[in-house]
Amino acid sequence: MTDAIASFGAGRRPVSIHTDDAAKARLKGRYRAETWFKWLGAAAVALAGLFLVLLLSTIVTQAIPALRLNYLTLPIDLSAAKVDPAKLDAVNYDAIAQEALAAKFPDVTSRQDKRLLRGLISTGTGVFLRKDIAADPGMLGRTVNYAVPLDDFADLYLKGLLADVGSDEAISTSVTPSETSGDIDLTFGDDTMLALARGWGATEGENGMLTLTSGASSLLVAFNGGTVKLTALSPGANGTAVAKGTVIEALDSTAPAASGQAFLRVIDTPEASRKISDKEIAWLDTLKSAGLIESRFNSIFFFTGASREPELAGVWGAVVGSFLTMIVTLAIAFPIGVSAAIYLEEFAPKNRLTTIIEVNINNLAAVPSIVFGLLGLAVFLNFFGLPRSAPVVGGMVLALMTLPIIIIASRASLRAVPPSIREAALGIGASKVQTVFHHVLPLAMPGIMTGTILGMAHALGETAPLLMIGMVAFIVDIPGGFTDPATILPVQIFMWADFPEAGFQQKTSAAILILLVFLVIMNAIAVILRRRFERRW
Amino acid sequence: MVGYLVVLLLILAAAAYWIGRTRAVASVNGDVARLHSLPGQHGTFLALFAAGPALFAIVLWSMVTPGIESSIIADRFSAELSGMGVPQAEAFMRDARAMAFGGLVGFADPTKEAAAAVYKSIHATSAWIIWAVALMLSASGFYWAYSRIAQAYRARHVVERVLRAFLIVCSAVAILTTIGIVLSLIFESLRFFQQVPLYKFLFGTHWSPQSAFTGAGAEAGAVNQDIFGMVPLFAGTLLITFIAMLVAAPIGLMAAIYLSDYASKSVRALAKPVLEILAGIPTVVYGFFAALTVAPYFRSMGESLGLNVASESALAAGVVMGIMIIPFVSSLSDDVINAVPQSLRDGSAGLGATKSETIRKVILPAALPGIVSAMLLAVSRAIGETMIVVMAAGLAANLTANPLEAVTTVTVQIVTLLVGDQEFDSAKTLAAFALGLVLFCITLTLNIVALRVVQKYREQYD
Repeated sequence: MTDAIASFGAGRRPVSIHTDDAAKARLKGRYRAETWFKWLGAAAVALAGLFLVLLLSTIVTQAIPALRLNYLTLPIDLSAAKVDPAKLDAVNYDAIAQEALAAKFPDVTSRQDKRLLRGLISTGTGVFLRKDIAADPGMLGRTVNYAVPLDDFADLYLKGLLADVGSDEAISTSVTPSETSGDIDLTFGDDTMLALARGWGATEGENGMLTLTSGASSLLVAFNGGTVKLTALSPGANGTAVAKGTVIEALDSTAPAASGQAFLRVIDTPEASRKISDKEIAWLDTLKSAGLIESRFNSIFFFTGASREPELAGVWGAVVGSFLTMIVTLAIAFPIGVSAAIYLEEFAPKNRLTTIIEVNINNLAAVPSIVFGLLGLAVFLNFFGLPRSAPVVGGMVLALMTLPIIIIASRASLRAVPPSIREAALGIGASKVQTVFHHVLPLAMPGIMTGTILGMAHALGETAPLLMIGMVAFIVDIPGGFTDPATILPVQIFMWADFPEAGFQQKTSAAILILLVFLVIMNAIAVILRRRFERRW
Repeated sequence: MVGYLVVLLLILAAAAYWIGRTRAVASVNGDVARLHSLPGQHGTFLALFAAGPALFAIVLWSMVTPGIESSIIADRFSAELSGMGVPQAEAFMRDARAMAFGGLVGFADPTKEAAAAVYKSIHATSAWIIWAVALMLSASGFYWAYSRIAQAYRARHVVERVLRAFLIVCSAVAILTTIGIVLSLIFESLRFFQQVPLYKFLFGTHWSPQSAFTGAGAEAGAVNQDIFGMVPLFAGTLLITFIAMLVAAPIGLMAAIYLSDYASKSVRALAKPVLEILAGIPTVVYGFFAALTVAPYFRSMGESLGLNVASESALAAGVVMGIMIIPFVSSLSDDVINAVPQSLRDGSAGLGATKSETIRKVILPAALPGIVSAMLLAVSRAIGETMIVVMAAGLAANLTANPLEAVTTVTVQIVTLLVGDQEFDSAKTLAAFALGLVLFCITLTLNIVALRVVQKYREQYD
């Protein structure tokens, strides 16, 4: 085909180095290189976009579970026998809530199991209960249905984040228990269970004995109003199967359950590799099927301070700390930055000193943020003796860091104001100061504001310098002033990311989401300011 | 108490403004045009002199008194303090201050209560002194300025001169910051180098300052000088920076080229915000992403390939840091590429070159100094980056070039040495300042070199 065209062309024109086969191949190669190059560029942009999508989707999907929290509604006995209205502060509210929970499971008797059961509800229950009673004394003297937050492991399990749980499947054979509680034997009508157990990772022993260790998936059999956890299986007589099991929830009777009456529930994740035991899972499922657990908006997360308990930890303290810090930063960086920009752009003579200042500002903008933290530690804390962990010091450090950004943006904005404005003002007799403050500055203000907001957004996400001045402290109280110990949102994220509890991972993502929302709002304001008010001459 | 004084002075200033204005108008019997300066300028002049010096005195007072107060306390309680080590003495002062003025008290004892009482009385005395001084300054300033206000008085010049002085002071803050950084780093580093010789710090290959002391207690024994070798930290920093640049340089540069020369308007309208968002995401978020998503992913991928990847591998930290730097590289490169004049592109196209040939053979060579400088700035950024490596890189100083192993960096060590309650004078904490000095010098040098490269090799087209 190519040859045909080449010879066709050769008939009409003399073959030159630009039209011979080699040239055509060359041209083709060049075009291929062109396409390649273009696609390479597109791939680079796409890759950057992909990273962003990956980052944001990871954080959003992790954050969503943290926005809700599971509450357990318990009938809590607040009669005078339990709660003495005269001595509200001396009551152990935790114990009252735990009793109410224990009443739901009367057959939990061993000390160990009781402790496990108590652990299902949050350790902050008593505090909430006391607060609510103080707010509404009408609760006293009767039994109220009160929703208590669940512990973080229980909460995570219910959100499906702690263990893979299969659905309930009817067992297609009869099941006969030997007892109603304790370690019992179960007899299955046929041996299908054996094959199932093999599939779920049971260990093969002598005589066809299958042992379900904590490294295998958990097999729970629910029938006769109770739940039995299988521990071992072996082939029985006449093609039946005999299983050993531990009763988690007592059975009503030892009557055999007919085919289809018993249900097998498989927890895929082996007990050894999850943080929640089979018993807790069984209890939670019972509570859930009784309709006592409901998922609510997680107001604890949004409106309380930090805590070591994941289900009680909130971001409000950090948000307030960030807000206080930003106020200090703005109060220092904005006036100083704008003044410096005005001086350098409008008044400064062109001499060595101003050149040094200019170079200096550009260099300062490139100094690693952690060095500003060292400055804050050495100067503000150790030399001036200002308090550690205080928003005022954090704000000062961030102000020094933001200053170059504001100065550079303000100078660019002042420079954009055309000289004709200045000349006109000077021409009608304004002094230099009046010219600048009455005419140039107002015109440059939108640009200055935009630069300032972007600088503040940068400061809001900054973490490293604040670690240096002790804002990494664990602070439960919500800061009330500029010198109170406080932490800020990015530092809170850093601390939570380090905590080992699984519940904190979702909290961290949710806190990041809040931080990103603040940043998006600030940037949106900057963009709107730029679009609306910035004038181009 | 001093807060009231400031409020009082501000009220006085407002009153002085009004008085000055009225007096200026009265001095010309209401014929304002005869005044040299506007009435408002006279008012500002009076307000400045009524409140300015007093406020300045208060600022000075609040900076000086804490030091004086604690030195008086230290003097009076020297007998009690002499038995304590430095951290205990600091805790003593802190608690005494907290007991006197409110705050978190560690634990109380009678000596501290006595110190707190002394603290309170000294503070009360000094507050009375500043009240007296401030009111005196205010009154005399007011009197002096008030007597000046007249028809021909050039209040505007005075006000503008004061304003200009204020502007100069504000510009000087940038210089003061630099001086502050340099001095604080140098002084603390010098104290460190008194304990550990410079060459051992710069060329030592063993870093484990957590075991810095041979002795224990307040009289800690001699400092082991051989565990402050920063070579492994430096190597780790370079390794992570190298990986980051391996990701950021090609992607950032190609993205800049594509966006400036190929992309349609709609693609650009989409891609620019994407890069801006990527640039605006706080580094702590990248750190979280690196530690909890990327590192485990690399680890499991390495396992499936039969490789042993550390859970805090340099690779994960480096790649995520690279992602963070992409927008930085691309925006700097974009500026540089756009600065190449259109005539060069047109000339190249006129000779029959394709777009990619123009870019590779004309634009990139012309923009090379700018691109080199952009890369140097990116490297400086990567070296100084803290949160990603603190969260995703290791703590143990390994001297290795294997990106699958955990390494530590200069910034990680600064954070680990200084976070938490340490006594401030130990070689351990001072080492952080020495590291900070090294970091500052490296980034400063890179920035200066980047600037020089552009200045020296830039082609002048106009």
